[in-house]
Amino acid sequence: MTKTRASGRTVGGLRTLSLQAPAVTLLLLWMIVPLGMTLWFSFQYYNLLMPGMTGFAGLENYEYLLTDPALWKSMGNTLLLVGWVLAITVVGGTLLAVLFQQDFAGRGIARVLAISPFFVMPTVSALVWKNMMMHPSNGVLAWLAESFGLPAVDWFSSLPLTSIVIIVAWQWLPFALLILLTAMQSLDEDQVEAARMDGAGPVAIFFFITLPHLRRAISVVVMIEMIFLLTIFAEIFVTTSGGPGLATTNLAYLIYIRALLDFDVGTASAGGVIAIILANIVAIFLVRMVAKNLED
Amino acid sequence: MTILRSATTAPRSVTGLRSAQSKRAMITVLGWSVALVIFFPIFWMILTGFKTESAAIADPTLIFSPTLESYQAVQARSGYTRFALNSVAVAFGSTFFALLLAIPAAYSMAFLPTKRTKGTLLWMLSTKMLPPVGVLVPIYLIFRDVGLLDTRTGLIIIYTLMNLPIVVWMLYTFFKDMPKDILEAGRMDGASTFQEVFFLLLPLTLPGIASTGLLSIILSWNEAFWSLNLTSSKAAPLTAYIASFSSPEGLFWAKLSAASTMAIAPILILGWMTQKQMVRGLTFGAVK
Repeated sequence: MTKTRASGRTVGGLRTLSLQAPAVTLLLLWMIVPLGMTLWFSFQYYNLLMPGMTGFAGLENYEYLLTDPALWKSMGNTLLLVGWVLAITVVGGTLLAVLFQQDFAGRGIARVLAISPFFVMPTVSALVWKNMMMHPSNGVLAWLAESFGLPAVDWFSSLPLTSIVIIVAWQWLPFALLILLTAMQSLDEDQVEAARMDGAGPVAIFFFITLPHLRRAISVVVMIEMIFLLTIFAEIFVTTSGGPGLATTNLAYLIYIRALLDFDVGTASAGGVIAIILANIVAIFLVRMVAKNLED
Repeated sequence: MTILRSATTAPRSVTGLRSAQSKRAMITVLGWSVALVIFFPIFWMILTGFKTESAAIADPTLIFSPTLESYQAVQARSGYTRFALNSVAVAFGSTFFALLLAIPAAYSMAFLPTKRTKGTLLWMLSTKMLPPVGVLVPIYLIFRDVGLLDTRTGLIIIYTLMNLPIVVWMLYTFFKDMPKDILEAGRMDGASTFQEVFFLLLPLTLPGIASTGLLSIILSWNEAFWSLNLTSSKAAPLTAYIASFSSPEGLFWAKLSAASTMAIAPILILGWMTQKQMVRGLTFGAVK
Protein backbone atom coordinates (compact mmCIF):
# COMPACT_ATOMS: atom_id res chain seq x y z
CA MET A 1 0.00 0.00 0.00
CA THR A 2 2.63 2.44 1.06
CA LYS A 3 4.76 1.38 -1.85
CA THR A 4 2.11 2.00 -4.51
CA ARG A 5 1.25 5.35 -3.07
CA ALA A 6 4.87 6.41 -3.04
CA SER A 7 5.45 5.32 -6.64
CA GLY A 8 2.19 7.00 -7.66
CA ARG A 9 3.45 10.24 -6.23
CA THR A 10 6.74 9.94 -8.11
CA VAL A 11 4.94 9.30 -11.42
CA GLY A 12 2.67 12.28 -10.71
CA GLY A 13 5.71 14.34 -9.82
CA LEU A 14 7.47 13.37 -13.03
CA ARG A 15 4.43 14.20 -15.10
CA THR A 16 4.14 17.58 -13.38
CA LEU A 17 7.81 18.22 -13.96
CA SER A 18 7.71 17.42 -17.68
CA LEU A 19 4.59 19.54 -18.20
CA GLN A 20 5.96 22.56 -16.38
CA ALA A 21 9.58 22.25 -17.41
CA PRO A 22 9.49 24.21 -20.68
CA ALA A 23 7.70 27.21 -19.18
CA VAL A 24 9.74 27.19 -15.98
CA THR A 25 13.11 26.74 -17.72
CA LEU A 26 12.51 29.56 -20.19
CA LEU A 27 11.29 31.94 -17.49
CA LEU A 28 14.26 31.04 -15.33
CA LEU A 29 16.67 31.82 -18.18
CA TRP A 30 14.77 35.02 -18.96
CA MET A 31 15.16 36.12 -15.38
CA ILE A 32 18.62 34.87 -14.40
CA VAL A 33 20.71 35.59 -17.50
CA PRO A 34 19.92 39.28 -18.04
CA LEU A 35 19.76 39.92 -14.31
CA GLY A 36 23.16 38.34 -13.79
CA MET A 37 24.58 40.30 -16.71
CA THR A 38 23.15 43.60 -15.44
CA LEU A 39 24.69 42.92 -12.05
CA TRP A 40 28.02 41.94 -13.63
CA PHE A 41 28.17 44.96 -15.95
CA SER A 42 27.35 47.28 -13.07
CA PHE A 43 30.73 46.40 -11.54
CA GLN A 44 32.67 46.73 -14.80
CA TYR A 45 34.21 49.54 -16.81
CA TYR A 46 32.27 49.08 -20.01
CA ASN A 47 31.66 51.88 -22.47
CA LEU A 48 30.99 51.00 -26.09
CA LEU A 49 32.68 54.25 -27.16
CA MET A 50 35.87 53.44 -25.23
CA PRO A 51 36.64 49.83 -26.15
CA GLY A 52 40.10 49.99 -24.58
CA MET A 53 38.87 50.68 -21.08
CA THR A 54 37.63 47.47 -19.49
CA GLY A 55 37.98 45.62 -16.22
CA PHE A 56 36.64 45.54 -12.71
CA ALA A 57 35.35 48.89 -11.57
CA GLY A 58 34.28 48.01 -8.06
CA LEU A 59 31.65 50.42 -6.88
CA GLU A 60 32.80 53.19 -9.20
CA ASN A 61 29.76 53.01 -11.50
CA TYR A 62 27.48 53.29 -8.49
CA GLU A 63 29.55 56.11 -7.07
CA TYR A 64 29.46 57.95 -10.37
CA LEU A 65 25.72 57.42 -10.65
CA LEU A 66 24.87 58.28 -7.05
CA THR A 67 26.86 61.53 -7.17
CA ASP A 68 25.27 62.49 -10.49
CA PRO A 69 22.58 65.14 -9.87
CA ALA A 70 20.71 63.72 -12.88
CA LEU A 71 20.02 60.53 -10.92
CA TRP A 72 18.42 62.36 -8.01
CA LYS A 73 16.47 64.62 -10.33
CA SER A 74 15.18 61.59 -12.22
CA MET A 75 14.36 59.72 -9.00
CA GLY A 76 12.39 62.76 -7.85
CA ASN A 77 10.56 62.88 -11.18
CA THR A 78 9.82 59.16 -10.95
CA LEU A 79 8.32 59.60 -7.49
CA LEU A 80 6.28 62.65 -8.55
CA LEU A 81 5.00 60.84 -11.63
CA VAL A 82 4.07 57.67 -9.73
CA GLY A 83 2.60 59.58 -6.78
CA TRP A 84 0.42 61.94 -8.78
CA VAL A 85 -0.81 59.35 -11.24
CA LEU A 86 -1.65 56.98 -8.36
CA ALA A 87 -3.51 59.69 -6.47
CA ILE A 88 -5.53 60.70 -9.54
CA THR A 89 -6.32 57.21 -10.76
CA VAL A 90 -7.17 55.65 -7.39
CA VAL A 91 -9.36 58.51 -6.12
CA GLY A 92 -10.88 59.06 -9.57
CA GLY A 93 -11.26 55.36 -10.24
CA THR A 94 -13.08 54.78 -6.95
CA LEU A 95 -15.49 57.64 -7.53
CA LEU A 96 -16.12 56.55 -11.11
CA ALA A 97 -16.69 52.96 -10.03
CA VAL A 98 -19.40 54.19 -7.64
CA LEU A 99 -20.91 56.32 -10.41
CA PHE A 100 -20.91 53.56 -13.02
CA GLN A 101 -22.35 51.10 -10.51
CA GLN A 102 -25.56 53.20 -10.41
CA ASP A 103 -28.27 52.15 -12.78
CA PHE A 104 -28.74 54.69 -15.58
CA ALA A 105 -29.79 54.80 -19.22
CA GLY A 106 -27.04 53.50 -21.52
CA ARG A 107 -24.75 52.58 -18.64
CA GLY A 108 -23.17 49.71 -20.57
CA ILE A 109 -22.05 51.94 -23.42
CA ALA A 110 -20.89 54.71 -21.08
CA ARG A 111 -18.73 52.19 -19.19
CA VAL A 112 -17.17 50.90 -22.40
CA LEU A 113 -16.33 54.46 -23.50
CA ALA A 114 -14.77 55.28 -20.13
CA ILE A 115 -12.61 52.14 -20.13
CA SER A 116 -11.36 52.63 -23.70
CA PRO A 117 -8.17 54.66 -23.09
CA PHE A 118 -6.60 51.63 -21.42
CA PHE A 119 -6.58 49.80 -24.75
CA VAL A 120 -4.89 52.60 -26.67
CA MET A 121 -1.19 52.02 -27.31
CA PRO A 122 1.03 54.42 -25.31
CA THR A 123 2.61 56.06 -28.35
CA VAL A 124 -0.82 56.93 -29.75
CA SER A 125 -2.15 58.34 -26.47
CA ALA A 126 0.95 60.42 -25.95
CA LEU A 127 0.98 61.90 -29.45
CA VAL A 128 -2.76 62.56 -29.58
CA TRP A 129 -2.56 64.43 -26.28
CA LYS A 130 0.62 66.28 -27.20
CA ASN A 131 -0.62 67.46 -30.57
CA MET A 132 -4.37 67.59 -30.79
CA MET A 133 -5.18 68.26 -27.12
CA MET A 134 -2.28 70.22 -25.63
CA HIS A 135 -0.80 72.07 -28.60
CA PRO A 136 -0.40 75.71 -27.47
CA SER A 137 -2.07 77.26 -30.53
CA ASN A 138 -4.07 74.58 -32.35
CA GLY A 139 -4.96 72.18 -29.54
CA VAL A 140 -8.46 71.63 -28.20
CA LEU A 141 -7.44 72.77 -24.69
CA ALA A 142 -6.01 76.03 -26.07
CA TRP A 143 -9.21 76.60 -28.01
CA LEU A 144 -11.30 75.92 -24.90
CA ALA A 145 -9.22 78.32 -22.81
CA GLU A 146 -9.54 81.03 -25.44
CA SER A 147 -13.30 80.61 -25.69
CA PHE A 148 -13.47 81.32 -21.98
CA GLY A 149 -11.18 84.30 -22.46
CA LEU A 150 -8.26 82.67 -20.66
CA PRO A 151 -4.68 82.58 -21.90
CA ALA A 152 -3.69 79.31 -23.61
CA VAL A 153 -1.20 77.17 -21.69
CA ASP A 154 1.97 75.98 -23.43
CA TRP A 155 1.72 72.63 -21.68
CA PHE A 156 4.98 70.96 -22.60
CA SER A 157 7.24 73.94 -22.05
CA SER A 158 5.69 75.48 -18.96
CA LEU A 159 4.26 72.38 -17.23
CA PRO A 160 6.18 69.45 -18.73
CA LEU A 161 5.89 66.94 -15.89
CA THR A 162 2.24 67.85 -15.29
CA SER A 163 1.55 67.16 -18.96
CA ILE A 164 3.09 63.69 -18.68
CA VAL A 165 1.11 63.06 -15.48
CA ILE A 166 -2.13 64.00 -17.29
CA ILE A 167 -1.41 61.66 -20.20
CA VAL A 168 -0.39 58.72 -18.02
CA ALA A 169 -3.31 59.26 -15.63
CA TRP A 170 -5.69 59.27 -18.61
CA GLN A 171 -4.32 55.87 -19.62
CA TRP A 172 -4.46 54.30 -16.16
CA LEU A 173 -7.68 55.77 -14.77
CA PRO A 174 -9.67 53.26 -16.87
CA PHE A 175 -7.54 50.43 -15.45
CA ALA A 176 -8.43 51.43 -11.88
CA LEU A 177 -12.06 51.87 -12.92
CA LEU A 178 -12.19 48.44 -14.59
CA ILE A 179 -10.74 46.61 -11.58
CA LEU A 180 -12.76 48.52 -8.97
CA LEU A 181 -15.98 48.14 -10.95
CA THR A 182 -15.43 44.38 -10.99
CA ALA A 183 -14.78 44.41 -7.24
CA MET A 184 -17.98 46.45 -6.72
CA GLN A 185 -20.03 43.65 -8.22
CA SER A 186 -19.43 41.47 -5.16
CA LEU A 187 -20.68 44.22 -2.83
CA ASP A 188 -23.53 42.91 -0.71
CA GLU A 189 -26.60 44.86 -1.85
CA ASP A 190 -28.62 43.69 1.17
CA GLN A 191 -26.07 45.23 3.49
CA VAL A 192 -26.32 48.54 1.64
CA GLU A 193 -30.11 48.36 1.72
CA ALA A 194 -30.07 47.59 5.44
CA ALA A 195 -27.80 50.56 6.08
CA ARG A 196 -30.12 52.76 4.05
CA MET A 197 -33.11 51.56 6.09
CA ASP A 198 -31.23 52.52 9.22
CA GLY A 199 -30.98 56.01 7.81
CA ALA A 200 -27.41 56.03 6.51
CA GLY A 201 -26.87 58.64 3.80
CA PRO A 202 -24.94 58.00 0.58
CA VAL A 203 -21.76 59.51 2.04
CA ALA A 204 -21.90 57.27 5.11
CA ILE A 205 -22.58 54.22 2.94
CA PHE A 206 -19.58 55.10 0.77
CA PHE A 207 -17.18 55.51 3.69
CA PHE A 208 -18.42 52.69 5.93
CA ILE A 209 -19.49 50.02 3.45
CA THR A 210 -18.21 50.62 -0.10
CA LEU A 211 -14.70 51.78 0.74
CA PRO A 212 -13.90 48.96 3.21
CA HIS A 213 -15.26 46.48 0.66
CA LEU A 214 -12.95 47.88 -2.02
CA ARG A 215 -9.87 47.98 0.21
CA ARG A 216 -8.22 44.90 -1.21
CA ALA A 217 -9.00 45.75 -4.83
CA ILE A 218 -7.61 49.25 -4.27
CA SER A 219 -4.34 47.89 -2.90
CA VAL A 220 -4.05 45.55 -5.89
CA VAL A 221 -4.56 48.53 -8.21
CA VAL A 222 -1.97 50.58 -6.33
CA MET A 223 0.68 47.87 -6.49
CA ILE A 224 0.16 46.84 -10.11
CA GLU A 225 0.13 50.46 -11.24
CA MET A 226 3.27 51.17 -9.23
CA ILE A 227 5.17 48.41 -10.99
CA PHE A 228 4.20 49.74 -14.41
CA LEU A 229 4.47 53.44 -13.54
CA LEU A 230 7.97 53.10 -12.09
CA THR A 231 9.22 52.46 -15.62
CA ILE A 232 7.04 54.68 -17.82
CA PHE A 233 9.02 55.14 -21.02
CA ALA A 234 7.15 55.45 -24.33
CA GLU A 235 5.07 58.48 -23.25
CA ILE A 236 8.25 60.41 -22.42
CA PHE A 237 10.13 59.12 -25.46
CA VAL A 238 7.60 60.47 -27.98
CA THR A 239 6.64 63.73 -26.27
CA THR A 240 9.50 65.44 -24.43
CA SER A 241 12.53 63.12 -24.76
CA GLY A 242 13.05 63.77 -21.07
CA GLY A 243 13.25 67.55 -21.45
CA PRO A 244 13.24 70.45 -21.27
CA GLY A 245 16.55 69.85 -19.50
CA LEU A 246 15.85 66.97 -17.18
CA ALA A 247 12.33 68.12 -16.32
CA THR A 248 10.63 64.92 -17.45
CA THR A 249 13.49 62.41 -17.21
CA ASN A 250 12.50 59.52 -14.98
CA LEU A 251 14.73 56.65 -13.91
CA ALA A 252 13.77 54.49 -16.92
CA TYR A 253 14.53 57.30 -19.34
CA LEU A 254 17.84 58.13 -17.65
CA ILE A 255 18.97 54.51 -17.99
CA TYR A 256 17.95 54.59 -21.65
CA ILE A 257 20.01 57.76 -22.19
CA ARG A 258 23.08 56.29 -20.46
CA ALA A 259 22.81 52.96 -22.28
CA LEU A 260 21.68 53.63 -25.83
CA LEU A 261 22.67 57.29 -26.30
CA ASP A 262 25.88 57.53 -24.22
CA PHE A 263 26.75 53.82 -24.65
CA ASP A 264 27.90 53.74 -21.03
CA VAL A 265 26.96 50.14 -20.26
CA GLY A 266 28.49 50.14 -16.77
CA THR A 267 26.61 53.15 -15.42
CA ALA A 268 23.39 52.17 -17.17
CA SER A 269 23.59 48.75 -15.55
CA ALA A 270 24.12 50.28 -12.14
CA GLY A 271 20.96 52.32 -12.82
CA GLY A 272 19.19 49.13 -13.85
CA VAL A 273 20.11 47.51 -10.54
CA ILE A 274 18.64 50.50 -8.69
CA ALA A 275 15.42 50.23 -10.73
CA ILE A 276 15.19 46.51 -9.96
CA ILE A 277 15.62 47.14 -6.23
CA LEU A 278 12.91 49.82 -6.26
CA ALA A 279 10.48 47.58 -8.15
CA ASN A 280 11.17 44.71 -5.80
CA ILE A 281 10.23 46.71 -2.73
CA VAL A 282 6.76 47.02 -4.24
CA ALA A 283 6.76 43.49 -5.63
CA ILE A 284 7.30 41.85 -2.25
CA PHE A 285 4.05 43.32 -0.95
CA LEU A 286 2.12 42.38 -4.07
CA VAL A 287 3.39 38.80 -4.14
CA ARG A 288 2.58 38.41 -0.47
CA MET A 289 -0.94 39.62 -1.02
CA VAL A 290 -1.53 37.35 -4.01
CA ALA A 291 -0.11 34.44 -1.98
CA LYS A 292 -2.60 35.10 0.78
CA ASN A 293 -5.37 35.16 -1.79
CA LEU A 294 -4.20 31.83 -3.23
CA GLU A 295 -4.88 30.16 0.11
CA ASP A 296 -8.58 31.02 0.26
CA MET B 1 -39.19 46.62 -14.11
CA THR B 2 -41.18 49.86 -14.15
CA ILE B 3 -44.06 48.18 -12.38
CA LEU B 4 -41.72 46.84 -9.73
CA ARG B 5 -40.15 50.18 -9.13
CA SER B 6 -43.45 52.07 -8.91
CA ALA B 7 -44.70 49.39 -6.54
CA THR B 8 -41.81 49.94 -4.17
CA THR B 9 -42.03 53.70 -4.34
CA ALA B 10 -45.82 53.73 -4.07
CA PRO B 11 -45.98 54.27 -0.29
CA ARG B 12 -43.77 57.32 -0.63
CA SER B 13 -45.19 60.69 -1.53
CA VAL B 14 -45.40 62.02 -5.06
CA THR B 15 -42.56 64.45 -4.38
CA GLY B 16 -40.40 61.50 -3.26
CA LEU B 17 -41.08 59.80 -6.57
CA ARG B 18 -40.23 62.93 -8.46
CA SER B 19 -36.98 63.43 -6.56
CA ALA B 20 -36.01 59.81 -7.24
CA GLN B 21 -36.62 60.43 -10.93
CA SER B 22 -34.65 63.65 -10.97
CA LYS B 23 -31.83 61.90 -9.12
CA ARG B 24 -31.76 59.22 -11.78
CA ALA B 25 -31.73 61.85 -14.52
CA MET B 26 -28.84 63.61 -12.79
CA ILE B 27 -26.85 60.38 -12.56
CA THR B 28 -27.53 59.68 -16.23
CA VAL B 29 -26.25 63.11 -17.21
CA LEU B 30 -23.22 62.84 -14.91
CA GLY B 31 -22.34 59.31 -16.02
CA TRP B 32 -22.54 60.18 -19.68
CA SER B 33 -20.63 63.46 -19.31
CA VAL B 34 -17.76 61.73 -17.53
CA ALA B 35 -17.68 58.92 -20.10
CA LEU B 36 -17.68 61.37 -23.01
CA VAL B 37 -14.93 63.54 -21.50
CA ILE B 38 -12.72 60.49 -20.96
CA PHE B 39 -13.42 59.18 -24.46
CA PHE B 40 -13.06 62.61 -26.12
CA PRO B 41 -9.37 62.36 -27.16
CA ILE B 42 -10.09 59.07 -28.97
CA PHE B 43 -13.23 60.50 -30.58
CA TRP B 44 -11.32 63.59 -31.65
CA MET B 45 -8.52 61.49 -33.11
CA ILE B 46 -10.96 59.39 -35.15
CA LEU B 47 -12.60 62.59 -36.42
CA THR B 48 -9.28 64.24 -37.29
CA GLY B 49 -8.32 61.22 -39.38
CA PHE B 50 -11.11 62.13 -41.80
CA LYS B 51 -10.02 65.75 -42.17
CA THR B 52 -7.54 67.39 -44.52
CA GLU B 53 -4.26 68.53 -42.94
CA SER B 54 -5.37 72.17 -43.00
CA ALA B 55 -8.75 71.35 -41.46
CA ALA B 56 -7.00 69.31 -38.78
CA ILE B 57 -5.14 72.31 -37.38
CA ALA B 58 -8.02 74.78 -37.85
CA ASP B 59 -10.27 75.77 -34.93
CA PRO B 60 -12.08 72.72 -33.53
CA THR B 61 -15.38 72.08 -35.28
CA LEU B 62 -17.66 69.14 -35.81
CA ILE B 63 -18.68 70.40 -39.24
CA PHE B 64 -16.28 69.56 -42.06
CA SER B 65 -16.36 67.57 -45.28
CA PRO B 66 -14.90 64.16 -44.50
CA THR B 67 -12.16 62.81 -46.73
CA LEU B 68 -10.14 59.61 -46.91
CA GLU B 69 -7.04 61.33 -48.25
CA SER B 70 -5.06 60.93 -45.01
CA TYR B 71 -5.74 57.21 -44.98
CA GLN B 72 -4.54 56.95 -48.57
CA ALA B 73 -1.48 59.08 -47.85
CA VAL B 74 -0.51 56.97 -44.81
CA GLN B 75 -0.61 53.84 -46.91
CA ALA B 76 1.08 55.32 -50.00
CA ARG B 77 3.89 57.22 -48.29
CA SER B 78 4.97 55.02 -45.43
CA GLY B 79 3.49 51.62 -46.20
CA TYR B 80 1.22 51.26 -43.20
CA THR B 81 0.52 47.61 -44.06
CA ARG B 82 4.13 46.61 -43.46
CA PHE B 83 4.04 47.83 -39.86
CA ALA B 84 0.58 46.40 -39.30
CA LEU B 85 1.79 43.01 -40.50
CA ASN B 86 4.71 43.21 -38.07
CA SER B 87 2.29 43.93 -35.24
CA VAL B 88 0.04 41.04 -36.28
CA ALA B 89 2.96 38.61 -36.61
CA VAL B 90 4.49 39.62 -33.29
CA ALA B 91 1.22 39.68 -31.32
CA PHE B 92 -0.13 36.42 -32.69
CA GLY B 93 3.25 34.67 -32.74
CA SER B 94 4.05 35.48 -29.13
CA THR B 95 0.51 34.59 -28.02
CA PHE B 96 0.73 31.24 -29.81
CA PHE B 97 4.00 30.32 -28.13
CA ALA B 98 2.88 31.62 -24.73
CA LEU B 99 -0.25 29.45 -24.89
CA LEU B 100 1.76 26.47 -26.10
CA LEU B 101 4.07 26.74 -23.11
CA ALA B 102 1.43 27.73 -20.61
CA ILE B 103 -1.37 25.23 -21.26
CA PRO B 104 0.59 22.15 -20.09
CA ALA B 105 2.06 24.08 -17.16
CA ALA B 106 -1.30 25.46 -16.02
CA TYR B 107 -2.91 22.05 -16.55
CA SER B 108 -0.45 20.34 -14.23
CA MET B 109 -0.71 23.12 -11.65
CA ALA B 110 -4.50 22.95 -11.57
CA PHE B 111 -5.02 19.19 -11.76
CA LEU B 112 -1.80 17.65 -10.46
CA PRO B 113 -0.82 20.08 -7.73
CA THR B 114 2.23 19.28 -5.63
CA LYS B 115 3.46 21.17 -2.61
CA ARG B 116 5.71 23.20 -4.89
CA THR B 117 2.89 24.43 -7.14
CA LYS B 118 2.04 27.51 -5.13
CA GLY B 119 5.67 28.51 -4.91
CA THR B 120 6.13 28.08 -8.67
CA LEU B 121 3.09 30.25 -9.41
CA LEU B 122 4.30 33.01 -7.13
CA TRP B 123 7.80 32.83 -8.55
CA MET B 124 6.37 33.20 -12.06
CA LEU B 125 4.45 36.25 -10.90
CA SER B 126 7.63 37.73 -9.45
CA THR B 127 9.44 37.51 -12.82
CA LYS B 128 6.77 39.89 -14.12
CA MET B 129 7.91 42.44 -11.55
CA LEU B 130 11.35 42.74 -13.08
CA PRO B 131 11.38 46.22 -14.64
CA PRO B 132 12.26 45.93 -18.34
CA VAL B 133 14.62 48.87 -18.07
CA GLY B 134 16.67 46.88 -15.53
CA VAL B 135 17.57 44.31 -18.19
CA LEU B 136 17.60 46.60 -21.23
CA VAL B 137 21.39 46.64 -21.50
CA PRO B 138 22.04 42.88 -21.50
CA ILE B 139 19.07 42.10 -23.76
CA TYR B 140 20.22 44.77 -26.22
CA LEU B 141 23.79 43.43 -26.25
CA ILE B 142 22.68 39.79 -26.57
CA PHE B 143 20.33 40.69 -29.42
CA ARG B 144 23.07 42.68 -31.15
CA ASP B 145 25.52 39.80 -30.89
CA VAL B 146 23.20 37.09 -32.14
CA GLY B 147 21.60 39.26 -34.82
CA LEU B 148 18.14 39.51 -33.31
CA LEU B 149 18.01 43.31 -33.27
CA ASP B 150 15.20 44.60 -35.50
CA THR B 151 13.76 41.15 -36.17
CA ARG B 152 10.24 39.85 -35.61
CA THR B 153 11.70 36.69 -34.07
CA GLY B 154 13.45 38.77 -31.42
CA LEU B 155 10.27 40.60 -30.44
CA ILE B 156 8.27 37.36 -30.44
CA ILE B 157 10.77 35.82 -27.99
CA ILE B 158 10.60 38.83 -25.68
CA TYR B 159 6.80 39.11 -25.76
CA THR B 160 6.31 35.37 -25.24
CA LEU B 161 8.41 35.52 -22.07
CA MET B 162 6.92 38.84 -21.00
CA ASN B 163 3.35 37.48 -21.13
CA LEU B 164 4.04 33.91 -20.05
CA PRO B 165 3.46 34.51 -16.30
CA ILE B 166 0.14 36.28 -16.91
CA VAL B 167 -0.98 33.60 -19.36
CA VAL B 168 -0.10 30.76 -16.95
CA TRP B 169 -1.90 32.51 -14.09
CA MET B 170 -5.01 33.30 -16.03
CA LEU B 171 -5.26 29.76 -17.47
CA TYR B 172 -4.65 28.37 -14.00
CA THR B 173 -7.63 30.29 -12.58
CA PHE B 174 -9.86 29.11 -15.46
CA PHE B 175 -8.73 25.48 -15.16
CA LYS B 176 -9.27 25.58 -11.41
CA ASP B 177 -12.87 26.66 -11.91
CA MET B 178 -13.54 23.59 -14.04
CA PRO B 179 -15.32 20.71 -12.29
CA LYS B 180 -12.73 18.01 -11.62
CA ASP B 181 -15.27 15.18 -11.99
CA ILE B 182 -15.31 15.48 -15.77
CA LEU B 183 -11.57 14.87 -16.09
CA GLU B 184 -11.87 12.15 -13.48
CA ALA B 185 -14.57 10.42 -15.54
CA GLY B 186 -12.41 10.68 -18.64
CA ARG B 187 -9.50 9.10 -16.81
CA MET B 188 -11.76 6.28 -15.63
CA ASP B 189 -12.67 5.61 -19.25
CA GLY B 190 -8.98 5.22 -20.01
CA ALA B 191 -8.13 8.58 -21.54
CA SER B 192 -4.41 9.41 -21.67
CA THR B 193 -3.12 12.77 -20.46
CA PHE B 194 -2.93 13.92 -24.05
CA GLN B 195 -6.51 12.85 -24.77
CA GLU B 196 -7.66 14.37 -21.51
CA VAL B 197 -6.18 17.74 -22.42
CA PHE B 198 -7.23 17.76 -26.07
CA PHE B 199 -10.71 16.23 -25.93
CA LEU B 200 -11.93 17.31 -22.50
CA LEU B 201 -10.00 20.23 -21.04
CA LEU B 202 -9.48 22.36 -24.14
CA PRO B 203 -13.05 22.23 -25.49
CA LEU B 204 -14.51 22.86 -22.03
CA THR B 205 -12.26 25.79 -21.17
CA LEU B 206 -12.14 27.27 -24.65
CA PRO B 207 -13.80 30.57 -23.62
CA GLY B 208 -11.19 30.99 -20.87
CA ILE B 209 -8.32 30.13 -23.21
CA ALA B 210 -9.70 32.52 -25.81
CA SER B 211 -9.87 35.43 -23.40
CA THR B 212 -6.38 34.62 -22.11
CA GLY B 213 -5.12 34.65 -25.70
CA LEU B 214 -6.89 37.94 -26.37
CA LEU B 215 -5.30 39.57 -23.33
CA SER B 216 -1.90 38.37 -24.49
CA ILE B 217 -2.55 39.79 -27.98
CA ILE B 218 -3.64 43.12 -26.51
CA LEU B 219 -0.58 43.38 -24.27
CA SER B 220 1.85 42.49 -27.09
CA TRP B 221 0.16 44.79 -29.58
CA ASN B 222 0.41 47.79 -27.24
CA GLU B 223 3.88 47.07 -25.81
CA ALA B 224 6.12 50.06 -26.44
CA PHE B 225 9.31 49.66 -24.43
CA TRP B 226 10.96 46.76 -26.20
CA SER B 227 9.52 47.63 -29.61
CA LEU B 228 11.00 51.14 -29.44
CA ASN B 229 14.38 49.95 -28.19
CA LEU B 230 14.89 46.76 -30.17
CA THR B 231 13.48 47.60 -33.61
CA SER B 232 14.29 50.37 -36.05
CA SER B 233 12.68 49.77 -39.43
CA LYS B 234 12.45 46.21 -40.72
CA ALA B 235 10.58 44.66 -37.81
CA ALA B 236 9.05 47.84 -36.37
CA PRO B 237 5.45 47.23 -35.21
CA LEU B 238 2.75 49.90 -35.10
CA THR B 239 3.83 51.28 -31.70
CA ALA B 240 7.22 52.17 -33.19
CA TYR B 241 5.70 53.40 -36.45
CA ILE B 242 3.37 55.82 -34.62
CA ALA B 243 6.36 57.05 -32.58
CA SER B 244 8.01 58.14 -35.84
CA PHE B 245 5.36 60.89 -36.09
CA SER B 246 6.96 62.57 -33.10
CA SER B 247 10.26 63.47 -34.73
CA PRO B 248 9.52 66.35 -37.13
CA GLU B 249 8.04 69.61 -35.93
CA GLY B 250 5.85 69.45 -39.04
CA LEU B 251 2.24 68.95 -38.06
CA PHE B 252 0.77 65.96 -39.81
CA TRP B 253 -2.17 65.58 -37.47
CA ALA B 254 -4.59 64.14 -39.98
CA LYS B 255 -2.11 61.46 -41.05
CA LEU B 256 -1.13 60.75 -37.45
CA SER B 257 -4.83 60.39 -36.62
CA ALA B 258 -5.61 58.16 -39.57
CA ALA B 259 -2.66 55.87 -38.81
CA SER B 260 -3.49 55.85 -35.07
CA THR B 261 -7.14 55.04 -35.69
CA MET B 262 -6.18 52.03 -37.80
CA ALA B 263 -3.59 50.98 -35.20
CA ILE B 264 -5.93 51.02 -32.21
CA ALA B 265 -9.27 49.99 -33.76
CA PRO B 266 -8.80 46.20 -33.64
CA ILE B 267 -7.48 46.24 -30.08
CA LEU B 268 -10.17 48.61 -28.86
CA ILE B 269 -12.82 46.19 -30.12
CA LEU B 270 -11.04 43.16 -28.62
CA GLY B 271 -10.70 45.04 -25.34
CA TRP B 272 -14.40 45.88 -25.23
CA MET B 273 -15.22 42.22 -25.80
CA THR B 274 -12.96 40.82 -23.09
CA GLN B 275 -12.97 43.50 -20.39
CA LYS B 276 -14.57 41.25 -17.75
CA GLN B 277 -12.20 38.31 -18.11
CA MET B 278 -9.21 40.65 -18.42
CA VAL B 279 -9.52 41.66 -14.79
CA ARG B 280 -8.51 38.13 -13.75
CA GLY B 281 -5.36 38.18 -15.83
CA LEU B 282 -4.39 41.72 -14.91
CA THR B 283 -4.73 41.16 -11.17
CA PHE B 284 -3.43 37.58 -11.09
CA GLY B 285 -6.77 36.34 -9.84
CA ALA B 286 -6.70 38.66 -6.84
CA VAL B 287 -9.87 40.41 -8.04
CA LYS B 288 -12.56 38.35 -9.76
